[in-house]
Amino acid sequence: MNEFFAMGGYAAFVWPCFLLAAIVLVWNVVAARRLLNAAQNRVLRSIDTGKGRR
Amino acid sequence: MSWIWFHKLASPPHGYRIAGSLAAWFGWPAFILIIAGLYGGLVLAPADYQQGDAFRIVYVHAPSAWLSMFIYGTMAVAAAVGLVWRIKLAHAVAAASAPVGASFTFLALVTGAIWGKPMWGTWWVWDARLTSELLLLFLYAGVMALRASIDDRDRADRASAVLAIVGIVNLPIIHYSVYWWNTLHQESTLTKIGKPSMAGEMLWPLLVMLLGFTLYYGAVLMVRLRAEILRRERDASWLRTGAGS
Repeated sequence: MNEFFAMGGYAAFVWPCFLLAAIVLVWNVVAARRLLNAAQNRVLRSIDTGKGRR
Repeated sequence: MSWIWFHKLASPPHGYRIAGSLAAWFGWPAFILIIAGLYGGLVLAPADYQQGDAFRIVYVHAPSAWLSMFIYGTMAVAAAVGLVWRIKLAHAVAAASAPVGASFTFLALVTGAIWGKPMWGTWWVWDARLTSELLLLFLYAGVMALRASIDDRDRADRASAVLAIVGIVNLPIIHYSVYWWNTLHQESTLTKIGKPSMAGEMLWPLLVMLLGFTLYYGAVLMVRLRAEILRRERDASWLRTGAGS
């Protein structure tokens, strides 16, 4: 197991790459969902106030 | 005949609804493929005889570099379709793609630098492959900044579309840079599939990751596209009648 994490001496290069990739993959999903939620809430609010102004 | 279907698809309420179901159809296979590719690349694949375990960086570097170009291509084609046929949904696809593409260009550049350090002895060289990929990041930034700087949506769509289309000349430059110029960057592994330059147990996780990343982009694009449609259609009547849910 330790051997796996040591990555043949390249751990300091391999793991940051995979960590960064994970961050980018998670960020994209979170950011997209946030945008959609915000847009949906805006539509719902504009329906509540009757005239969909802005 | 088929045009009716096409226009129906390109109409905002249908686009909104279809994007909602496509997000799941892309997202779950992407998730499974990426997990499988990670396991194959990090655990099952043997160490490279030259690069040792450092070669495993390829499993995130190559898919993100591929996406950086694939997303740019998608964005430019969508922008051109929007410009020529005045299809709002196409401009929405282009707008939704840019930040995702920029994030993967960034990832490709940084993972490449981290890989370059132990293999080449340097984080960065100003050679053709690295410089043209950096230019791609600036193109994404330019398209996004141009869109953000124009208040009128139609004008913002058109201006950023023109820039996106002009920038597409950079894609073949990135791809062929390793053949046209002397560079530290190794040549493509995958376009040589006819004459395999990679052992099968190393190759399949890479192919799985490439497919997984591509489907992942599809899923993220669909979610962003829905947000983009809502933003553009906020006064449309279909939103009030619930036709899009």
